[in-house]
Amino acid sequence: MSKWVKQSILVSLVLAMSVALVACGGDKANDKASATAGADGGKGKSVQLLNVSYDPTRELYESYNKAFATYWEREKGQKVTIQQSHGGSGKQARAVIDGLEADVVTLALGYDIDSVQESGLINEGWQQKYEHNSSPYTSTIVFLVRKGNPKGIKDWDDLIKDGVEVITPNPQTSGGARWNYLAAWSYALHHNNNDEAKAQEFVKQLFEHVPVLDSGARGATTTFVERGLGDVLLAWENEAWLAVKELGPDKFDIIYPSESILAEPPVAVVDKIVDKKGTREVAEAYLKYLYTEEGQTIAAENYYRPTLDSVKEKFKDQFPDIKLYTIDEVFGGWTVAQPKHFNDGGIFSQIYVPK
Amino acid sequence: MTFMPSRTDTRRGVLPGFGLTMGYSILYLSLIVLIPLSALLLNSTGLTWEKFWSIATDPRVLASYRVSFLTAAAAGLVDAVLGLLLAWVLVRYEFPGKKIFDAMIDLPFALPTAVAGVSLTALYSSKGWLGSFFEPLGIKTAFSPLGITLALMFIGIPFVVRTVQPVLQDLDAEVEEAAATLGASRLRTFRSVILPELLPPLLTGFALAFSRGIGEYGSVVFISGNMPMKTEIAPLLIMSKLEQFDYAGATAVALMLLLISFALLLLINSLQSRVRKTAR
Repeated sequence: MSKWVKQSILVSLVLAMSVALVACGGDKANDKASATAGADGGKGKSVQLLNVSYDPTRELYESYNKAFATYWEREKGQKVTIQQSHGGSGKQARAVIDGLEADVVTLALGYDIDSVQESGLINEGWQQKYEHNSSPYTSTIVFLVRKGNPKGIKDWDDLIKDGVEVITPNPQTSGGARWNYLAAWSYALHHNNNDEAKAQEFVKQLFEHVPVLDSGARGATTTFVERGLGDVLLAWENEAWLAVKELGPDKFDIIYPSESILAEPPVAVVDKIVDKKGTREVAEAYLKYLYTEEGQTIAAENYYRPTLDSVKEKFKDQFPDIKLYTIDEVFGGWTVAQPKHFNDGGIFSQIYVPK
Repeated sequence: MTFMPSRTDTRRGVLPGFGLTMGYSILYLSLIVLIPLSALLLNSTGLTWEKFWSIATDPRVLASYRVSFLTAAAAGLVDAVLGLLLAWVLVRYEFPGKKIFDAMIDLPFALPTAVAGVSLTALYSSKGWLGSFFEPLGIKTAFSPLGITLALMFIGIPFVVRTVQPVLQDLDAEVEEAAATLGASRLRTFRSVILPELLPPLLTGFALAFSRGIGEYGSVVFISGNMPMKTEIAPLLIMSKLEQFDYAGATAVALMLLLISFALLLLINSLQSRVRKTAR
């Protein structure tokens, strides 16, 4: 072999190695760049926020971020750009725990934010920091049925009638689906003199009517809407409205059961990150602004229930009044409900294991 | 016709600098494979041995292993047979559009598996084009182990075709002609001349398709229906444990999956080397 062939092979090896090294170092360089941008953002011209949220809030925060940026520039003369990150709620919480530098988290359930708190990134007592358990907007679980409601589904009892197929995602893999399960449970509890065994029997029967357990909420919506499977979809109110709006009101009806659960998707500032990046002021303002007239209107326009009375009044036709129980009332909060119902060995996993 | 390299040639090797290349290989293998795998081990060290065992042998976990391994094996077997046929047609016959046909084999590699899963589910669900055809016959395709096998067949087929194809290409047609002139029937020629040559790559292709199928997540979650104890695959259980922030439990299941797959692949590999020896 001639000498220059050998040399060129050596050179290409060295090149390959340096490419690999650069690729490894690339992330760090990026981190540094964003950190410095955040640090002088506190006083300087522009500031960047990262809002780590869950799937169905994409449209909501797209319009809210614009409104907040305008407000902040008017108020403080500072430009703010907000990056959004969406995905399954639990997955998003894990990303933050594993090092995704979120300034604020806006997730589907308190349990996910509790887990971020346990990792030390968020200070204790986050849920008392803002009004209404730090949930600026709420939602509930409703039924989406096919147009004309051919199976005559009116309330939770109708779901366990013969021949009714119910579509819901798996509560163990989908945070949103845990609200479905809890809504069914609390209904059964109230209609059986708070008898837990009867509630469990009801939920067990309900899941016997579930032909497919999708792993996430959007998957379940697809199964019901596109594949045409099942008679009723258990869905968040905002998702049900979106489905009706997107697919035409001539295909689906929304049914409000006699009672349901008050779903409270909470928000929190990630204390460790905002202190490091110097973005606390703007991050806190970002969450507080959700409670103002404008923030509440944007939430309502995206089919989330507003908590501010004046906005509630304006949208009262869109959100029928039904009896809503909070998770604290019925279950004593997420820290009790999660291990009891959804962790392995909990009630949900017992439903499927033969005795 | 074979060319034996002289002793000095083999010792010196073609690539320069054994130390350098070996060092780089080890570094690269560590960064890409060994360190991530040991991180997996580390994550599960929060568990005691009893805890690990009770997680890994929970009835629901066992059922999911059964689903994962059986469907992956079934898909691998079907792929091995049909992949051989595909490779045979591609190598031995000329027909219009052959190049496109050949390129299509690789599509399952390029396609995001979730897309494959969504489109397969659309086809095979009881209201889909193919599903609505099977449903009256009493065959449930989507949301059953059969659906999972179909998805795994889809993502596994390129492995078999691409391992068998080059061997088939190198096979000398003259050997077959010689067998024919010696009076062997076509079946005999295939069985005693062609098949022994093809068995090792077929086994490799099967092993690749099988192991890919065990860990497959994206394409399966949509078509499987995810019913616990029935159509729940092991990777989904791992995801469900992560959703509970149970890192240790998730890695326990993953580790078990890894160990079983490793044992099976080792078995297949040793089988393959034995086949290769008897073929010579």
